[in-house]
Amino acid sequence: MSTLVNPSRIDATPGNPVEPFLRSDRMPHIWCPGCGIGTTVNCFAEALIESKIDLKSLALVSGIGCTGRVAGYVKLDSFHTTHGRAIPFATGLKLANPHLNVVVYSGDGDLSAIGGNHLIHAARRNIDLKVICVNNLIYAMTGGQTAPTTPGHATTSTSPYGTFEPAFNLPHLVEASGAVYVARWTTFHVKQLARSITEAFKKKGFSFIEVISPCPTLYQRRNKLGDGLDAMKYYKEKSKTKHGCPTSEVGLTLTGEIIVGKFVDRDRPDYASLLKAQMHEALGNKYVDYDEEQGYGCSADGGCEEESCH
Amino acid sequence: MKADPRGVLTGTHFMDGDHACCEGALAAGARFASGYPITPSTEVVERFAQRVPTVGGCFIQMEDELAASITLQGGVWGGAKAFTVTSGPGFSLMMEHIGYAVMTETPCVFVDVQRGGPSTGLPTLPSQGDMMQARWGSHGDYEIIALCPNSPQECFDLTIKAFNFAEEFRIPVMFMMDECVGHMTEKVVIPPADEIEVVPRKHTHKSIEDYLPYGTNGDMVPEMAHAGEGYKFHMTGLTHDERGYPNMTPPMQKKLVTRLQKKILSNVERITMFEEDSTENADVIVVSYGITSRVAQRAIDMARAKGLKVGKLRLITAWPFPDFKIRELAARTKAFVVPELNLGQMAREVQRAAEGKAKTILVPHAGGSVHNPEDILAAIQEAVR
Repeated sequence: MSTLVNPSRIDATPGNPVEPFLRSDRMPHIWCPGCGIGTTVNCFAEALIESKIDLKSLALVSGIGCTGRVAGYVKLDSFHTTHGRAIPFATGLKLANPHLNVVVYSGDGDLSAIGGNHLIHAARRNIDLKVICVNNLIYAMTGGQTAPTTPGHATTSTSPYGTFEPAFNLPHLVEASGAVYVARWTTFHVKQLARSITEAFKKKGFSFIEVISPCPTLYQRRNKLGDGLDAMKYYKEKSKTKHGCPTSEVGLTLTGEIIVGKFVDRDRPDYASLLKAQMHEALGNKYVDYDEEQGYGCSADGGCEEESCH
Repeated sequence: MKADPRGVLTGTHFMDGDHACCEGALAAGARFASGYPITPSTEVVERFAQRVPTVGGCFIQMEDELAASITLQGGVWGGAKAFTVTSGPGFSLMMEHIGYAVMTETPCVFVDVQRGGPSTGLPTLPSQGDMMQARWGSHGDYEIIALCPNSPQECFDLTIKAFNFAEEFRIPVMFMMDECVGHMTEKVVIPPADEIEVVPRKHTHKSIEDYLPYGTNGDMVPEMAHAGEGYKFHMTGLTHDERGYPNMTPPMQKKLVTRLQKKILSNVERITMFEEDSTENADVIVVSYGITSRVAQRAIDMARAKGLKVGKLRLITAWPFPDFKIRELAARTKAFVVPELNLGQMAREVQRAAEGKAKTILVPHAGGSVHNPEDILAAIQEAVR
């Protein structure tokens, strides 16, 4: 494998402003024609440009699934973890290095089914994570099975006669669990989505942005909803922007209205602030806070005397 | 390098194995732990939660073991030395993330204070029933290191060793305690920090331009970078190349998985620690580990008082298994007697490694208490007959 080129040596092709944020040596990506995940990545990159965030401090964590592959395409410290566990991994990353800006980028099945417990607990703790949940209403990577987000009566490979389980209303779930910022857009709303991501970077605490995104291959086709373009038309015609809308009213249906907008924007102390306050109160000057020089334990920029550790 | 004195509680203490394990972790430099309560292991993280804010670190109690077993890995990639602690049912839930730590080469320690199983089993009573799970519990082919302390003192000493192995080989190390060792209170001597050897993270010296996250040199262990240092590396549980990029082809799979195995298997003699006594002219050798080794010692003493030539081999490292040692001893003894708090796990390894040159006699125990020394003595007498 000596022919492998170190990714940092590959120059971004000039022209497309988002290319510096992508691992161009990994293109083409695996996503299907008409899939919305690439659009969300584009919006994410726009938000990085807009927010002028220090890319060195930015880490992106994904779980498993189509959206889980985002971690492999962004030129950042990027972690492709296990199914459902992006949030607890990101929690450890953030606690061990509080200077990191940690983004969790994953799908609806990964975050709300197998990872549902972590989603609500991270929101409860108000861990300072930015969660981008691409909701294509289905398990796409594995071939189009029912997800907890699949709206009623949709046909899937595991619900061949139509789904009948009630679906999760994700904004409602995370608001009730304690998220400080909750928004929803579709992949039609590229400007609004980029703006929401930029806003989330300014928030301290658990932020959750749901992006309704088409899966033409497995969801649209099986439900006779057309292709990716038809999905865009649907999103354009049936989306209604309602900032501040009570999240209890934003549940999704198969072909009905999609309420989009910023639903929640509030402030409460994040986990790290609460932790420090509690320790200072309980331990006084015995509390040893996160060391700016040494970090926790053996970080690269200190903590060890040995040359081999630097 | 030497231990950071902030984490070292130098002195002579009277403490139980769970607490000694926690002190060992602190002395080794662990500054991050994620856990979920489960008997009989919880005292380890209870003490860590109490101690670590005073030495510069943090503990988080997660919502379940699935979370605990990967939150610590996030902590490692954030720059900390980290561990988690559990017992049987929780250990079962952690298996996927042991495989993830193997695949991503995340240095970390999993402490398992064993209790009776299967399932909820005997929450407050001892067992050594997780020995095979520690070795084979996650899917796929892999090698880990597992250590078995038999006293609170060893819970301290070997926890440091566990962290050192984890850092040296970039693997998850299984620290296989049991309820007896965990809850037994004895003298524990914690030396001064400058007498404790600690292996630092194998952090890369390379420039961002020259760094390949999974590129290796002679020792087969890649150098590590942490998030936030500008390396912009990618890490995945998928089969990957030296760049860390997914490469799901049979040749890459073979290359990667073979290296992950070889980095351990080519160091077996250095990794495997054991205590050997009077095996030279022994007719029978008792092979034991953990709490059972202390009961076995009583049986050995009783047998020797009866004039029997009995040797002792105590496994301190259970995995990788010291095949070479068993092979050597099998050539000069009649039989191995293997008492363990399960219905036959490590005994199979002894039998396999002996290759028929000496017979293996298991002294099983279903768990819930320790052996009666007379049962082990009876097996010794049977073996020499």
